[in-house]
Amino acid sequence: MRIFYHIGRYTLFVKKVFGRPEKHSIFVKQVIKEIDKLGIDSLGIVFIISIFMGAVITLQTAYNLESPLIPRYTIGLAARDSMLLEFSSTIVGLILAGKVGSNIASEIGTMRVTEQIDALEIMGINPAGYLVLPKVVAFIFIIPFLVIISMGVGITGGFLAGSLSGEVPAPDYIYGIQYAFIPFYVVYSLIKGVVFAFVITTVSAYWGYYAEGGALEVGKASTTAVVTSSVQILLFNLLLTQLLLA
Amino acid sequence: MIEAVNVFKSFEDKEVLKDISAVFEKGQTNLIIGQSGSGKTVLLKSLVGLHEVTKGEILFDGRSLVGLNSKQKKALRQEIGMLFQGSALFDSMTVEENVRFPLDMFTHMTEEEKRDRANFCLDRVRLENANNRLPSEISGGMQKRVAIARAIALNPKYLFCDEPNSGLDPRTSIVIDELIHEITEEYGMTTIVNTHDMNSVMGIGDKIIFIYQGEKYWEGTKDDIFHVQNKQLEDFIFASKMFRQIKEVHK
Repeated sequence: MRIFYHIGRYTLFVKKVFGRPEKHSIFVKQVIKEIDKLGIDSLGIVFIISIFMGAVITLQTAYNLESPLIPRYTIGLAARDSMLLEFSSTIVGLILAGKVGSNIASEIGTMRVTEQIDALEIMGINPAGYLVLPKVVAFIFIIPFLVIISMGVGITGGFLAGSLSGEVPAPDYIYGIQYAFIPFYVVYSLIKGVVFAFVITTVSAYWGYYAEGGALEVGKASTTAVVTSSVQILLFNLLLTQLLLA
Repeated sequence: MIEAVNVFKSFEDKEVLKDISAVFEKGQTNLIIGQSGSGKTVLLKSLVGLHEVTKGEILFDGRSLVGLNSKQKKALRQEIGMLFQGSALFDSMTVEENVRFPLDMFTHMTEEEKRDRANFCLDRVRLENANNRLPSEISGGMQKRVAIARAIALNPKYLFCDEPNSGLDPRTSIVIDELIHEITEEYGMTTIVNTHDMNSVMGIGDKIIFIYQGEKYWEGTKDDIFHVQNKQLEDFIFASKMFRQIKEVHK
């Protein structure tokens, strides 16, 4: 029954988040700040994960495709489609649920337990809208860029690993990543990214917003936020795959 | 003037406030006193609207918090300043940005006017050369002063202070008490202070309300306290040896 309580409270929370911002100019400033904090600061981790994922996918595929009947360019194709369909959106989403989600939950949770949210409310400001909406807008705006960067870096990582190890000749890999390219896969990945961005920001903010007590509870809220966001990312991944690719 | 009319507040099955009625006068420092867990903070938060009362009414110069629509409620909120127990300054903002925050949100002042107003408020609480420091870089007493400066930035009609002396040394406590009292008289605000600090009671208590187990047990002035015939209040006020001695001298 507890799950229905949280679903109901989360729905009401999201409704509050989408209240009209108090002042447009301040809202825009906050969104820009959040783009920097949530998006630009995540570039490093996205870059590292993507390059290694691309490299590992390429090498694993190469080691498993020993048959002379299968052309070598298939490795490039497999690396590209794996990055486009799954890794650049879902795995990056899961990693960002940890990084961005815990950051949001702990920041808002700390504001809650130190009465900063009460202070906003006393001033006549909608705290959920003021604190959370800029994060949601900023992350939804920046995630497509992160996903596309991840795709590019991952495919490059695959190219480097394949070429340097000698497993995949460079021309084969380049031919493979261009072969039978379906542009909708990029759109599908971007749609997933946007949905994941919404889930990460709102779910993490929800757990932080309703944290009660002290540092220990803020820590727990942060952990719960990461776990819940991750599970929801996996559920939405399944749902969106069925809806968009079936 | 703020009025609490037959206020009840419960959390699930637990009744925390029981039929509290009180009038908090304009231009006075009204104190709510009581032991820890007596319901003072719940009463203060109910008065300010952070908790919704289970039964009863809170009137701000005749305007009931319950009956107001969201626009009216928002307008009323801008007439309220609040000093929180832990100051509740925004960590990511500097001292000046904290004080300017309500001005940024609710006024159409120019940058220069906002800066002047913030500096005026910081001067008023006797805080200098701290404008560009973060809350974490200043002392607890300074944080309280910044919080007062932020609370008065929009010239509020009503000021609420939740345990303004908690965590402060006696000297700084007196400074904060005096500031609250001075500002209340200067701006003719209705100030409600929630405290269990007897120095505050004797120093600035124009009107005092004693809460015991969620009920109003007594109300009066600081001068009435020495003639009180209420066991719970006596136990609370004269718990310290110093105040027992003062009582003897007073007799």
